[in-house]
Amino acid sequence: MNKNIDTKKIIISNPLKLDCGKEINNFPIAYETYGELNSEKSNAILVFHALTGDQYVSGKNPITNKDGWWSYVVGENKPIDTNKFFVICANVIGGCMGSYGPSTINESTGKQIGTDFPIITINDMVNAQYELIKYLEIEKLFAVVGGSMGGMQVLQFVANFPDKAKLAIPIACTSSHSAQNIAFNELGRQAIMADSKWENGFYNNYKLNPDKGLAVARMAAHITYLSEKGLQEKFGRKLQDRDSLRYGFEADFQIESYLRYQGSVFVDRFDANSYLYITRAMDYFDLSKQYKGNLSNAFKETKTKFFVISFTSDWLYPTSENREIVIALNSIGADVGFVEIESDKGHDSFLLDVPSFLKTLGDYINSTYKVINERRI
Amino acid sequence: MKEEFNIISNLIEKNTRVLDVGCGNGDLMKFLQENKTKDIRGLEISKEKVQNCLSKGLTVIEGNAESDLKQFPKSSFDYVILSQTLQAFLNPELVINELLKVGKKVIVTIPNFGYWRVRLQLLFKGTMPVTENLPHEWYNTPNLHMCTIKDFYNFCSSKNIKIFKSIALKKSRISEINKSNLNYKNLDSHLGIFLIES
Repeated sequence: MNKNIDTKKIIISNPLKLDCGKEINNFPIAYETYGELNSEKSNAILVFHALTGDQYVSGKNPITNKDGWWSYVVGENKPIDTNKFFVICANVIGGCMGSYGPSTINESTGKQIGTDFPIITINDMVNAQYELIKYLEIEKLFAVVGGSMGGMQVLQFVANFPDKAKLAIPIACTSSHSAQNIAFNELGRQAIMADSKWENGFYNNYKLNPDKGLAVARMAAHITYLSEKGLQEKFGRKLQDRDSLRYGFEADFQIESYLRYQGSVFVDRFDANSYLYITRAMDYFDLSKQYKGNLSNAFKETKTKFFVISFTSDWLYPTSENREIVIALNSIGADVGFVEIESDKGHDSFLLDVPSFLKTLGDYINSTYKVINERRI
Repeated sequence: MKEEFNIISNLIEKNTRVLDVGCGNGDLMKFLQENKTKDIRGLEISKEKVQNCLSKGLTVIEGNAESDLKQFPKSSFDYVILSQTLQAFLNPELVINELLKVGKKVIVTIPNFGYWRVRLQLLFKGTMPVTENLPHEWYNTPNLHMCTIKDFYNFCSSKNIKIFKSIALKKSRISEINKSNLNYKNLDSHLGIFLIES
């Protein structure tokens, strides 16, 4: 979307064969880094972003002017301390923050690629980001970390590159998108495609934007990121700037006003086609299917240490689905820790100020870094 | 506590694979990590304790031994340890069977309900025993299935579980348990430590 912003970018010249069968080459990957890579190159952490995230993990996001999406976790003196670690985050392919996606301009036509963009998968996203790691000449990452779709990328990364990360932390995710996950994504896609301004994905050619559809998609999705208890406590039946009901369809309730606001700010920063492509990639994600129906096989080759985290009130990627990852790892004797964090903030817990999560994550990363470094000496 | 850790540690060979079931805050794990082996995992039911362990960098899984031991493959650990937790399970027999599947050898320690101080409380006071080792009242104790050293010894022989080593602990005094001194050790020890195999 925001092509005026000067993002850090590399062009991947190696051809990348996508799961859909098509091949891409000379495509951009936009990324950001925080902290310094040490001389042994042993302190690099690759963070994967979620559906609507981007490379701006920490500090100020230059596009939205808001704090980076994981500012509670990454930064100076934060759980992933950038005084100590070199943190890398790339915009996924299919995204709209500078990496190759449907809003990339096709140089031969001068127009956005739109829905001529190929269908991509989590596997494709991870393979593209691996090119960035090669470009940065990092032989082995200390850790790969991510929540939600970022967690799926963590799992896929270790499966694809079993000796490229010492530690993997998938948070609030799943190894296979459930029917409920697919259903909510389909709802969002239908909202976008039902907007008459979508124009089969070529809205940019007509200087249009299916912003109503995209806002509805975001509103519906946003509900799935919260918990019933959290919503009830925060909003209940409170009215928005009024003392009584207006007997109409304006936003009488605070929750309505809140969702409308979430929808409206989202369309300013996110591309509708990217939303379609990335949700599709999530729906197609089924790691065990890639390994003949046995998730354990995905991790058979790896010595990577795992730490799986889920949240009590997350009903989008519930503890049971995170546990399946733990069970698959245990059944091959892999090194895996697991905890379910108590929180009423729903799926969004991993992005928010949840002290027990932040403390456990930070302490674990720091003590594991220490242990691994001591072992080498 | 320290004596128990030492005894357990002495039962374990160096650089083996160990699982501590009901690992609490990870004190035993930490002790074994420093003295015996780096390859040690924990299973713990309390979230808070799991978080404490993970904060120390220990590999611990939040879970319940009665339902979650199944996920580990057969004989995937050289030693599985169950330290002073057997009595807290709904179904101790099932847990022992699961432990014997997952571990090549199993170390079980039990607070001895046959210790004379415990017996005296019931005999003379007529109330459920409360001791240093068993600090809870009857109404808030997590201990559902208390047993004695003799009970566990007999349980093993009736189920054809091999006892490799059985050790009695009184304060810091360590002694071996055998068939001939069983009644005496059962009266005079506060803790029993068993190394068993299926």
